[in-house]
Formats: sequence, C-alpha cells, structure tokens
Amino acid sequence: MAQIDSEKYAVATQLQLTWWRFRRHKLAMISMVVLALFYLLAAFADFLATQDPHATDARTSYIAPQPIMLFDDDGSFRPHVYGIRGVRDMRTFKLVYTVDPNRKVYIDFFGRGYEYKLFGLFRTDIHLMTLKNPERGDGIYILGTDLLGRDLWSRLLVATRVSLTIGLVGVTISLFLGVLLGGISAVYGGIVDTLIQRTIEVIRSMPTIPLWLGLAAALPNDWSVLQVYFAITIIISLLAWTDLARVVRGKFLALKEEDFVMAAELAGASQGRIIFRHMLPSFASHIIAAVSLALPAMIISETSLSFLGLGLRPPAISWGILLQDAQNIQTLALAPWLLISAIPVVVVILAFNFLGDGLRDAADPYG
Amino acid sequence: MAEPILSVRGLKTQFFGPEGVVRAVDGVDFDVFEGRTLGVVGESGCGKSVTARSVLGIVDRPGKVVGGSMKLRRASGEVVDLGTLTNEQMRKYRGPEIALVFQEPMASFSQHYTIGNQIGEGIKLHMGLDERAAKKRAIELLDMVGVPQPARRVDDYPFQLSGGLRQRVMIAMALSCDPRVLIADEPTTALDVTTQAQILDLLRTLQKDRGLAIILITHDMGVIAEMAHDVSVMYLGRAVETGSVKEIFETPKHPYTRALLRSIPTVLAKPRTRLPTIAGSIPHPFDRPKGCSYHPRCAEIIGAVCERAEPPAVDTDDRRQVRCFLHGGMEEAKAGLQGAPA
Amino acid sequence: MIAFITRRLLLGVVTIFLISVLSFIIIQLPPGDFVDAYIAQLSSSGSQVSAAEAENLRQLYGLGEPFYVQYGKWLGRIITGDFGESMEWRRPVTEVIGDRLWLTLLLSFAALIVTWGLALPIGIFSAVRQYSFADYAFTLVGFIGIAVPNFLLALVIMYFAFVWFGASVGGLFSAEMALAPWSAAKVWDLIKHLPLPAIILALGGTAQLIRIMRANLLDELRRPYVVTARAKGLSEARTIIKYPVRAALNPFASNIAYLFPYLVSGSIIVSIVLGLPTVGPLLVKALVAQDMFLAGTIVLLLGVMTVIGTFISDLVLMWVDPRIRHQMD
Repeated sequence: MAQIDSEKYAVATQLQLTWWRFRRHKLAMISMVVLALFYLLAAFADFLATQDPHATDARTSYIAPQPIMLFDDDGSFRPHVYGIRGVRDMRTFKLVYTVDPNRKVYIDFFGRGYEYKLFGLFRTDIHLMTLKNPERGDGIYILGTDLLGRDLWSRLLVATRVSLTIGLVGVTISLFLGVLLGGISAVYGGIVDTLIQRTIEVIRSMPTIPLWLGLAAALPNDWSVLQVYFAITIIISLLAWTDLARVVRGKFLALKEEDFVMAAELAGASQGRIIFRHMLPSFASHIIAAVSLALPAMIISETSLSFLGLGLRPPAISWGILLQDAQNIQTLALAPWLLISAIPVVVVILAFNFLGDGLRDAADPYG
Repeated sequence: MAEPILSVRGLKTQFFGPEGVVRAVDGVDFDVFEGRTLGVVGESGCGKSVTARSVLGIVDRPGKVVGGSMKLRRASGEVVDLGTLTNEQMRKYRGPEIALVFQEPMASFSQHYTIGNQIGEGIKLHMGLDERAAKKRAIELLDMVGVPQPARRVDDYPFQLSGGLRQRVMIAMALSCDPRVLIADEPTTALDVTTQAQILDLLRTLQKDRGLAIILITHDMGVIAEMAHDVSVMYLGRAVETGSVKEIFETPKHPYTRALLRSIPTVLAKPRTRLPTIAGSIPHPFDRPKGCSYHPRCAEIIGAVCERAEPPAVDTDDRRQVRCFLHGGMEEAKAGLQGAPA
Repeated sequence: MIAFITRRLLLGVVTIFLISVLSFIIIQLPPGDFVDAYIAQLSSSGSQVSAAEAENLRQLYGLGEPFYVQYGKWLGRIITGDFGESMEWRRPVTEVIGDRLWLTLLLSFAALIVTWGLALPIGIFSAVRQYSFADYAFTLVGFIGIAVPNFLLALVIMYFAFVWFGASVGGLFSAEMALAPWSAAKVWDLIKHLPLPAIILALGGTAQLIRIMRANLLDELRRPYVVTARAKGLSEARTIIKYPVRAALNPFASNIAYLFPYLVSGSIIVSIVLGLPTVGPLLVKALVAQDMFLAGTIVLLLGVMTVIGTFISDLVLMWVDPRIRHQMD
C-alpha cells in the first residue's frame, strides 16, 4: 500500500500534487463548493427569478420580504404567497399597498413567466416558480422589493451573474497582461525588465479609485449596457494586472535557476519549449492561486464603481447598483432588506479569499 | 581528578508534536571539567544540539526537558541543578555561567543591530555596565578574538563581515560575560577549512587562558581528534560510548563508534579502496527501533537480544561507559525481559 | 543610501508626471472640447458667453493645437497655481476644494495610524500565541475585514447606529461646527469625529497587515538569532521585541508604501457613504456633472499627495532597515 502510494506521488504532475494538497484544506474546499453554487445560480439566474427584474410597478414599492407558505390550511402541500391589497391611508388619503393575508395566490412550478434567453442562447419563458392567476401587483417577493417595486430576489440573481462574470472577464484580461508582461520582464531582463518593473511600481503607488472614477466618468452616455460593461472591465483590469505580473516574474526568475531548467537547456531544448513545457507547468498552480486572490479585488472594484454611480449604469443590474439603492440612511430605515444585497458580496469575496489561500498553500509546500 | 563543573545525568528532552512524541534526548550522561573539552559527536539528528539547548533551558516549543539532572558547580562552590530552575532564574546563568556559540554565524546574528550592540547587550544585562563601558568591553573582546581594527568594527553590521570574522565575533559575544562553560554547536561547519583551523586555534587559546570548560558539538571526528579531551558518542538521543579521546580512538568499544572511525577518510588508505560507510540510515524519530536502537545497522548484532532489550550503560574502566551487550549488561537485560512480557 | 533616495525620488517624479498626464486626459476625455461643454453648462444656468470670450478661453488652453501643447499650457498654468475654474460652481477650483484636500489627507493619515496601531500588536500577539483562541478569533475578524469592502462596512455601521442609537454617525464635524471658521474648538470637534471613519477606512488594510505581520513574525521566530538572544539571558519579551519583531517590521514597513494610496482611494468611497467633507463626494459630483477641471485637479492633487506620502514612508523604511542605509554607500 505504502509502496503504491509513494509511486503515485512520484509520477504525479505538479497540478495533481497541488490538488491533493489542496483537498486537505477544509475551508478552501467548502469555499470552492460555495463558489460553484454561486456560479450555478448565476448561470440559471433568469430561470430562478420569480419576477421580471426590470419590471417596475408603483403598487409594489417597498414590500417587505414575503415567505412562501408551503402548506394549505387543510395541511396539503400547496405552496402559496399572499396577495397585495390597496388600502387608503385615512390621514394622508394616499393609496398604500400592503400584503393581504386573506387572499392566497398559489405557486406554479415550471410555469411561464417573462421571456429570456437561457445561457444567452435558448429563448424560453419557463421559470422555476410562477404564480397561478395573479392579480396586478401580486408576486413572489422572497427578499422584498425596492422603491420602484422591482423584486430584489430576481434582481439579485441577475446582479450575481453580472458581477461574477465581470470578475472573470476582468481577471482574464489581467492574467493575459500579467503573464505577458511578467514573462517578458523575466525572460528578457535588462532595460525591458527595469522599464516594466518601474511601470508596475508607478501604477501601484497611484490611488486607483480616483483614476478609475475619472476614466469611467468619461465613458459616453449613449453607450449600450454591453459596451459599458466591457469598458468598465477593461478599466479595472488595466490597473489590476500588476500583482499577477509580479508573481509571474518572481516565479520565472526563481525557476530559471532550477536544475531541471538548466538540464533542459543543456539538452538543447528551445526557449519556447523550456518555457511552455518545463517552466509553465511548475508555476501554473501559483498562477491559479494568484488569480483566485485577484478575483475578489475585481469584484470589489466593480461593486465600488457601480455603487458610486460611475460604473455600470441602470438598466444594467450588478451588486454595486443594488447597493446604490441602499446608500442613504433614510431608505435603509424604511426598507432594511435592501442591505441583503451585501450578503452575497461578502460571502463570495470571503470564499474567494479562502480558496486563494488554500490554493497558495497547496501550490507552495514550503511557503 | 577535580570535580566536574557541569554534570549531566539521565537528561531527557522530548518534543510533543501533533503526530506523537519525539524523544530527541533520551537519557544522556556526561561531565565537563574546567580547562577541558568534551566532544559530543554523532550523525545529524542524534540529539546533539538539543542536548546543548536543554542545558541552557532554551529548547524551542513544543520541546521540553522531561527528566534528568544538570548539576552546575558555581564559582562559589555552590551546586545548582539547572533543570529545577524557572526560566526567569535560569536567565541569570545564560551568559555569565554558560554561553553558546552557534553553527551559522550569519543566521545567528540579527542583521538589524551593530555587532557592538549585540555583544554589549549581555554585558549591560549581567554585569550592570553602562552603554559606554559596555562598548569599551565589546572592543576589548573583539580584540581578544582577533578581529582587526576592533574600535571600527564594533559599529559594523553582521552582513558587513566575512564568515570567519563573524564566527570570531560570535565567540566574543559568547565570552562577553566570562562564562565558565562554553557550548560550541558545530562552530566550524559553515566555514572553509583554513578558517576552520583558525577558529579551533582560537578556542584552544581561549581555553588555556581562561580555564574554560568547552562542550564541542560536531559530526566531524577530525575536529574531535584535534580538540577534545573527552568524547561522548551519541546515537538517537543516547550517549552510546563515553571516554577519553585517546581511549575512544585507540580502543573503540561500541560498534557504532568503530563504524564512525572507519568512515573517516585517511591519507594512509590504499588508493581506489572504498571508504566504508555505515549501512542503512538513521531511523525516523517516530519509528525508533525496539531494543538497542542501533541494532538494525549493527554489524555485530547478537540475535534475540539486541532487538528486544535496551543495553544499559556499563562502566568498563574508570570514567568510561558503553551501552552495548558486547560489553556487558546482559544479565540485567535478561532479568528485565523475564519480568516483562516480550 | 543616496542611491536609494535618488531612485525613490526619481520614481516619484515619474509617477507625478504620469498622474498629471492621466489627469489631463481625464479633463480632455468628454466628447467635444471643454469650452463647448463650459458654454453649454453656462447657458443652461442662464448666463451667456460671448463668442469673443469663448475664443479667449480656446486661446488660453490652446484648444485645436496638438495634445502636448495643450498639456504644456495646462501644466504651465498649474505651476503658477492656476488650476482653472469649476464650471458648476463658477469659482476657481482651488477655492472649491478648500479644506477638503487636507481633510482627505488627514483622514487617510489617521487611518494609517489606526492600521499600524492595530495591526502591529495584534500581528505580534497572533504569531507569538499561534493557534491560541485569540489567534483564531483575530484571524476570523481579519478575514471579515478583508472580505467586507469598507464602503459596505460604513453602510452597515451607519444602519445599526441609526437603528440602535437613532443617531447619524456620519460627518467630520458636528452640525454647528461645520461652517464655523477654524478655531481650537473646531479642531477638537474634528478630533472627536475622526476615529470612527478612520477605523472604518482602516479595517481592510489592518486585516491584511495583521496577516502579513503574523506570517513574517512566525518566520522570524524560527530563526537562529532568536536562540542566540535567549542564550544571552534576555527576557522573553525583550528577545521577541528587539529581534524577530524588528526583523518582521521590514516587509511590514515596505508595505506602507502601498497602503497609503490604498487608503486615499478608500477614503473617497467611505466619505461618500458617511458624508464626510473630503474631496471624495466632490470628485464624484464633479465627474457626474462633467465638471472636468475640478475632477482633473482633484485627481492630480490626490495623486501628488499620495506620491509625497509614499516617499515619506520610504524614508521611514530606510531609517528602519540598516541594509538599505548601507547599500552602495
């Protein structure tokens, strides 16, 4: 048994070894599962949404979170919610809409709702939960609604999709820049290295948020949601590649001194082969770790920018845009559930940090 | 012969790790005398350094001295068992009574303070001198250990010195409070051969001038032959053979000592002969063999005995001890084995 | 040592140059030239600009000329202290910014002090008592500190302060002091209001620094020189503080260079949530209203102040590390 084990370790690749070591980090494993769930939620955001995230209705303004009742009065399993009723406030004579516990609206599974494209490809209108015969204003408001009467749960799902993918796209761009410039810096050395290193130092010593804000504010007003999305991603990644470049350069330089690289050189391997066949695999796990630590920073950046009203713009929905609604204290006092949007932000960032830490430990047994 | 300055009996130091207890030092006895050098020799991991640290009470966590006595005879004649002192009490002995010289002079100095600062620290603490007087003494000490231009060097940082100079400074620091016992833990391992000889020379001169008792820890039998008066050979946390350097080199009794001596390269050997090595390797500390811990590697194993019983320490001559059934102790071991189920 | 200072100084100058270029780009970015924007802005607020006046402005800023000429003219005016006029406020930019810049720096600096003051002792404690209950507790708090963006923290604290105490915790001055001229009472008022925003701003950085300090110190505690110090008979506290803590301070100190820009960045967003009179809210408002001179100037001034702050922290680092002091002497 021990014999087989040690043999297994002897022939394992660097990535396999890293994975085995990583599996021992419980917190990191849990985080990975949590993140997988979040990305799954993001992938099926529209399917899971109970209302059209963009549909506004003055009747449903600031409805508190409504639980779903699973059983009917007779004890049979018939999930339902309460309907919405307009009541005239006798002091202000304004019509105020509240929940009416006397009127049940039953839930349909896999019913038809607003139309959307699953994965951006398949046109459909099937949702996990819809209402049977709803009256105007009725809806499943698990997390309540905002000022304009939009359902927070549905908006949060769509926001999760936007914020999580913006992180991925941004990190991909940063990774490309980081590996390219870090690699060039390490391989060529000399003046090129100095130039790139100084550039990194300069970027790191600038306060980033004012610069982002400045650049983001300059995006033309008439750009489409998608254009703004990519522009913001690029702006964020333009300043975020430096850490990755440093990791890549550091690892490259350290590996250059390793015996196996020397051996490959002596064996007459080409520079490209040495880099891609010998060096890259041995620090791939470091890059993965660095990426998983860079992702939360990206997400925070996007959230911050949108929160300030200079990132994504409505009608786009992202975590930052949802939190923007929760910006002032009067609103929060009236509708504290708007702060729920903060929970996925914190959970995802925490999970990415744990995951990154676990990966880093696993990638570097000596560090 | 005079009374020993330091007399250690049955010293046991163990490390309590999450995977189990490592018995790093497992019953070591030795005596150190004024003006004499005790060489402690053995392979890496045999517990030499832990022994030294145990005497000073500075074993790193999770290690702990768990048994034995370490009797120090102070200048006043008073005898103190170092093992019974609290850490706070022990501090007064570190420096003025017993001092340490380490293996790696670079790593053993902090790079953030001048050498004068690091030497003067102990002086100020134990001798109560002020800043100026401490610096003056540091310069004198540097001069004594042969550092050129001591008045200028005293303000240097360790990274500005060469390896040999650094080790001299380390010795100066160890001697700063006039200790009576100096423990040198592989003092020359990190140095090149010529510097090595100079440092050993320095240690010998200092010993002659001040009557220092030195415990010299090394894995190098050559250094032992050159420096030591008495020798203690350690294997897996035990002293397997103790005696004078002459006896050990001329009539080694323990098979391990013999094997060690055979593995020294000599210029007298015929060309193209293989240097004998000791078969096998040191067992993993969690995996200590039953019986005599050396038996798996021993060429002279006595079947059915060595695997089962631990050989007791047997006094063969005056001041000579061996832990090996070849030299006695069989009767006691048999009695012990009958008493307990095998 | 001189080489080190020269290198840092040069780097600072280059950074300032790049920041100035970026600031100018930000001013230039909105479509159309900004005199058009200016005129549009003014006419929307009811006042008219004559064609001659507009032409004057165009001349002044070298519009229509190549970018570098425009940049040069702009820079030349800035050096003489003329940062241009805020379109929205119709007053010189410097006047609009007023005390806000100093309050921003004060807030960032206070956060820096808080970061150090918390991270240092907690990091040391966590390392020396590794795996103790307190170590775990601090690690947990640290992770939360990293995961909660500081504007979110500000939001949550504001909410609970409102719910529990019915009080608004925002601002750097009490209402009656906000517009009062500077006086001892006003300074005292500021000092009383400073800690909460400073702590909120500091938390993220503190959490990171605790981790750095803990990891460094754990490394250093294993070094042979610690044994050397113990073997000299030093007390445990003195041993740890004089040697390994001193060594662990180095990477810690070099981190401060990146901490300051980070705090200045964070102060903008925290200020907006807490309603602090720093340049943060002003910058966002200026950007939204495309008041580009004001925005560009704020970006420029913040950048320059950050570079100066970073340079000072480099000097501190040099003072801390003898190896840098003795390099290439």
